[in-house]
Amino acid sequence: MQITRDQISDRLAQVGYVADRDIATALWLMEYLKRPLLLEGEAGVGKTEVAKALAGVHDAELIRLQCYEGLDQNAALYEWNYQRQLLAIKAREGAGENADAIEEHIFSERYLLERPLLAAIRRPTPPVLLVDEVDRADEEFEAFLLELLSDFQVSVPELGTIKAVSIPRVVLTSNGTRELSDALRRRCLYHYVDFPEVDREARIILARLPGVDAALALQVARMVAAVRKEDLRKVPGVAETLDWAATLAGLDVHDLRQEPEAVHETMICLIKTHEDRARLSREVTERLLGKVA
Amino acid sequence: MPATAIDPSAESIGAGARRRLAGFARTLRDNGFKVGLAETRDALAILQSPASTRRSSLKPALRALFAATRSDWERFDEVFDAYWSGTGMRRKTTLSGEPAASAAPLRRLGQAAAPSPHGLPDHVERRAHADGDDAADPGGRREGASRAENLSQTDIRHVADPDEIAKVHALAARLARTMRARLVRRQQARRRGQRLDIRRTIHRNVSKGGTPLDLVWRRRKVKPLRLVVLLDASGSMNLYTAFFVRFLHGVVDAFREAEAFVFHTRLAHVSPSLRDRDVTRAVERLALMAQGIGGGTRIGDSLATFNRWHARRVINSRTAVIIVSDGYDTGEPERLAAEMARLRRRCRRIIWLNPLIGWRDFRPEARGMQAALPHVDLFAPAHNLESLAALEPYLARI
Repeated sequence: MQITRDQISDRLAQVGYVADRDIATALWLMEYLKRPLLLEGEAGVGKTEVAKALAGVHDAELIRLQCYEGLDQNAALYEWNYQRQLLAIKAREGAGENADAIEEHIFSERYLLERPLLAAIRRPTPPVLLVDEVDRADEEFEAFLLELLSDFQVSVPELGTIKAVSIPRVVLTSNGTRELSDALRRRCLYHYVDFPEVDREARIILARLPGVDAALALQVARMVAAVRKEDLRKVPGVAETLDWAATLAGLDVHDLRQEPEAVHETMICLIKTHEDRARLSREVTERLLGKVA
Repeated sequence: MPATAIDPSAESIGAGARRRLAGFARTLRDNGFKVGLAETRDALAILQSPASTRRSSLKPALRALFAATRSDWERFDEVFDAYWSGTGMRRKTTLSGEPAASAAPLRRLGQAAAPSPHGLPDHVERRAHADGDDAADPGGRREGASRAENLSQTDIRHVADPDEIAKVHALAARLARTMRARLVRRQQARRRGQRLDIRRTIHRNVSKGGTPLDLVWRRRKVKPLRLVVLLDASGSMNLYTAFFVRFLHGVVDAFREAEAFVFHTRLAHVSPSLRDRDVTRAVERLALMAQGIGGGTRIGDSLATFNRWHARRVINSRTAVIIVSDGYDTGEPERLAAEMARLRRRCRRIIWLNPLIGWRDFRPEARGMQAALPHVDLFAPAHNLESLAALEPYLARI
């Protein structure tokens, strides 16, 4: 029996993820068409959270591969445990075993270290594989990933081909620092993640920070939305919003209008560069406050 | 990973619906979406699923399937609504910002963008280039340029004969390719100093009982120099634009890592159009995009757009940004200065090429130029081929 979209929406809510309809549809479609999902969007919009929520929905393990420049197969797929191999060689040489037997032994499963990609296809129940910031990895790695995503098998020269035990649910995220290949894009379903609208962001605050009252959450969400419209170098993400809301709640602020001073001082939760700090001067903050609160 | 649970040939979906879907796929393709058979098959599967009962759930499902980029994502709703509400927009829905490739250019950028009367100018040019490649001696590389020595020193605006213009432009394109070849070689020659890769060395020598006999060296990964060219295509640059468009085409064609932008009052990303191997078509398409809509140049605003939307993607730590402009900005000089400062922080070098420097008695008096100069690493003339060629040693040192 396949899971329906409404069931996914419900379970997303249960795991504390405040979803919009589109993302629920995308997650359902992933299941229905058995395709990976590519999430794009600015930093801080909550792309990684989607994968975590998906793991929660299916009650599956989350395996994360963080990509970076120079990431290679050894770090992503598998590695031999050299130290143990060397120890085994010495020990067995001492015991007088012949070389072939030693070789047979040291290139066996016992000495294989799983890295995220290999781990993801060898789990008995399908996990969620999060390939984070795939745009940071090199093009060669992207090509390799594409191959893995279509065949779900890898070959280890010393061991032979390892087939997937279960097909993982794959979520890829990209910040757009590099153009991804057409082939990878076509392999995946696509969802563009935008900053949450005011109403949804307020619900996110409420879900994550039960101590914050609804009126403050709404004010904070509105204020952050206004700040995002300013011309900033680092636009505050959802995590920053949560930090800020928690700070305000901690300072016992209940109404932003009453305490512009506290608002201005705690802006450091949202603003992360000197230039942006200068841009959001006291006057600007007050003007924004006047508009939203 | 085929969706095995679903049989697309099932009877539950009528022939009419299939035809409509095929039409939709075609419409998407006409609008630049990359839709293959796999997508169409999966779309059929979606039509058979519960999601198809309501439009509100069908649209996001099809969007997740068919869109592959952010621009697809943003345009999808428009195309979807146009097609499925049957308002008659069955064919190509031309959307804002898309180059109308088929339309004839309203105004050519000088005569020069016009195809050469001899048919295949690029053919001859390529062969000459290949000859240069075979000769390893670097002196040979300039051979083409020296044949046209006098041409290379003439200010482009004084070249009037269409044949001469074609020659100058061919030279500009070739220059870009030569630059690339030389830069790569220099990079390779300069590489020295190696470090041992411990992990791979142990791995390699496990079979020898761990005695490190074969050493593995860590290769330093040299990022190629990336060029980002921003070309001013405003009215005041009119005499030079066509020439630089050819140069741009050469740059984008020769450098794997190159991006090109054209601006006047707005900024347009033109690398995709320039990747067209057909020079004439690429240049014509660009000519169309480069047409100012009047109202002067807004360098500051264009740079702001670049910084905000493109810089993160196209700039890395080894990027040289080349701005080709005369510096006549109708916007606020303060804005230009601020955006230049921002850009400066991001990239390796900013090179400002100003064709006017070649003029006698030139002083950078334009207010925009004044504002931008403090942030520029190299301020150089670009009124003839020789001045462009002089760039190469500078780029090699970066």
